[in-house]
Amino acid sequence: MRETQGADLTGIFGKDSSQVGPDDGSRVALADRFGPSSQDRRPTRVVAARISLRQRLLELWRSRELLVVLVRTQLRIKYKGSVLGFMWSMLNPALVLIVYYVVFQIVLKNGIPYFAVFLFCGLLVWNLFSVAVQEATSIVVSNGGIVKKVAFPREILALASVGAAFVFFMLQSVVLVIFLVGFRYMPDFTYLPVLLLGLLVLLVFTAALGVFFSAVNVYLRDTRHLVEVVMLAWFWGVPIVYAYQGISTRLAQHHLAWMNWLLLADPITPVVLAFQRCIYAKVTVHSTLPPHALSPMLPPNGIGWYAAILGALLVASTALFLGALVVFGRLEGNFAEEL
Amino acid sequence: MGAPVIAVDSVSKRFRLHHEKYSSLKERAIHGGRIPYEEFWALRDVSLEVFEGETVGIVGQNGSGKSTLLKCIAGILQPTKGEVRVRGQVAAMLDLGAGFQPELSGRDNVFLNGALLGLQRKEIERRFDEIVAFSELEQFIDNQVKFYSSGMYVRLGFAVAVSFEPDVLLVDEVLAVGDERFQAKCLERIKHLQDQGSTILFVSHAASVVRQICERAVVLESGKKVMEGTPGEAIRVFREQLVETELAVEMAAGTARGDGSGEDSELSRHQQAVLYGRTVAIRSVTVSHPGVGTRRYLLPGERLEVRVAYEMLRPVDDVVFGIAILNSRSDLVFASDTEILGERTTLPVGAGEVAFIFDSVPLLDGTYQLHLGIRSLDGGIMYDFRETKDYFEVMNPAKTLGEVAMPLRAELRPLIERSSEVASS
Repeated sequence: MRETQGADLTGIFGKDSSQVGPDDGSRVALADRFGPSSQDRRPTRVVAARISLRQRLLELWRSRELLVVLVRTQLRIKYKGSVLGFMWSMLNPALVLIVYYVVFQIVLKNGIPYFAVFLFCGLLVWNLFSVAVQEATSIVVSNGGIVKKVAFPREILALASVGAAFVFFMLQSVVLVIFLVGFRYMPDFTYLPVLLLGLLVLLVFTAALGVFFSAVNVYLRDTRHLVEVVMLAWFWGVPIVYAYQGISTRLAQHHLAWMNWLLLADPITPVVLAFQRCIYAKVTVHSTLPPHALSPMLPPNGIGWYAAILGALLVASTALFLGALVVFGRLEGNFAEEL
Repeated sequence: MGAPVIAVDSVSKRFRLHHEKYSSLKERAIHGGRIPYEEFWALRDVSLEVFEGETVGIVGQNGSGKSTLLKCIAGILQPTKGEVRVRGQVAAMLDLGAGFQPELSGRDNVFLNGALLGLQRKEIERRFDEIVAFSELEQFIDNQVKFYSSGMYVRLGFAVAVSFEPDVLLVDEVLAVGDERFQAKCLERIKHLQDQGSTILFVSHAASVVRQICERAVVLESGKKVMEGTPGEAIRVFREQLVETELAVEMAAGTARGDGSGEDSELSRHQQAVLYGRTVAIRSVTVSHPGVGTRRYLLPGERLEVRVAYEMLRPVDDVVFGIAILNSRSDLVFASDTEILGERTTLPVGAGEVAFIFDSVPLLDGTYQLHLGIRSLDGGIMYDFRETKDYFEVMNPAKTLGEVAMPLRAELRPLIERSSEVASS
């Protein structure tokens, strides 16, 4: 059901039906039913081939409680029956962190001090993005049963995948905080607003891709595999295991400074930079290995630079998200037949 | 009445039937992005208005578009053309327990399903105990739903679906599932919602249920609305469709068989009789009753005449004409013959007619088949027979249910002593 507001929620099995509940729901309903202009206040739902974007957003907003329930459902299903439950969700990122740390710090000897913290910042962002998009891509297909039989804004399913990934993100953040406190590592809290803005950009951008691919995957079932492969390549395009400024400096040496904008056009990169700037907080570092050279890590620009880029990306991501909703709406019409 | 609660405005729904399903990028690339498909219009320009507090039935044969229409109204399918407007909160009982996640417990599923139906969490929490009590699953509510039987599944689904009073309720054949007690519970609940002023749209095959609870009904045929009227009228139209289809199927089957033997048509039966030395043959059967003409059905208690035109090809002295009435499930309702009725068994060579006259047909609703036969007195020879070709229909304008029109009256006698006691005290 797409309507929850102003719904009639009075009594169920007879005995309660006479009771006028103290909650808003039933009061609205009663006013609706017996009030003078009763007809007009109940929400009207339109089912047609084309539904306006405004109507779509309105329905999404009305279904926010459903989003919470669906996030909880996805989390429960994922770890039902496994003894360690949520521990498993932490094991995978932990292992990735350890492997990359060993490879880059010990085997390849990059000499970056506190490399684990640097790595953690990037992985935190990346895990949220890649897990959410990959889960969302197959979510409509795997919930075919509900999609075919129950009416609700289906894009909520994709949003729930983002929500579930966000819950894991928060858990990993807690681990990171413990990590920082344990090592007495001091983040730069002046950049916290930029980090939060970055997180917002990340969520909107992730939701846009998730909604888009979840609909496309219904028609082209191998989209899921394609997304997986693209994610694998994308990871190396984002400065997670290497430093952005290191690349940038080298580009400048070759008079290719304009290519910086190409790197920054990938929305994940500025988000990762914002996280690194706030948490890792070291613009340049002295290598832990001789000859202890000075190596640039992050753009030396001020908070305004980060905010400007992320602000622009937020606008772009929002536009992308609205575009994804429109595409989803076009494709949604035949979901029930294709599944 | 004001504005309609459900307004279906010239809705059409096209399905694309793919011969082969190319649902991967790889396959699309191979076929140059083109997928061969056939178009199929499940709904064509259907308009319907349902007003506040009304209960409207939708009847039609399989594939007539009933469920598609309901799904469009529910918002599960989007119409290809046209628009549906529904005012107020809608509850769709299309498939009970459809939103269940097998891995989750019954408790979690109640919350999930409730949320999918658009209920608020605190509302579900308040109603939770009642939902569980209604579903009679108290001891199993914390078990994973995958261990539930299908009956338990449906019970829980129904309990959630009816746990609140929606403005609009859409019901699709839900009553076909579950045991009889559950069906009765469903009906009772739907009637309660009717009393509460809910607007109900009801899809069913069960004519008796449509008659019982609907005020108006719509008949769909191949995606088009063919009529809209009282439930009785609608059911009659629906039955006529059924009879026509059945005849069409039978004729198709007849011609198919005819290809082999070349002599199974109506006309050749007579020739067959001559060829194989039959003595008596049925030439035609006429069913007449006051209903024929503008009204093609009988009312309970009306007169029915079945005239069998026969031809005696040889003189025989042991001819018995029989008649049998079967209901739609092919159960025998009534059978008799001219021997039982004490008619003569010797007939002259040549054409003639036997008229079976029922002064009063004590039947309620239904389409009834007539089986007619001619046999020898000792039952040793079946001269000719004609089955499942002739029908008559009875329509019950009242709300009585069943098959037989039993004369009935009720006498209600409150105990006088008691009532006077109450009055005096």
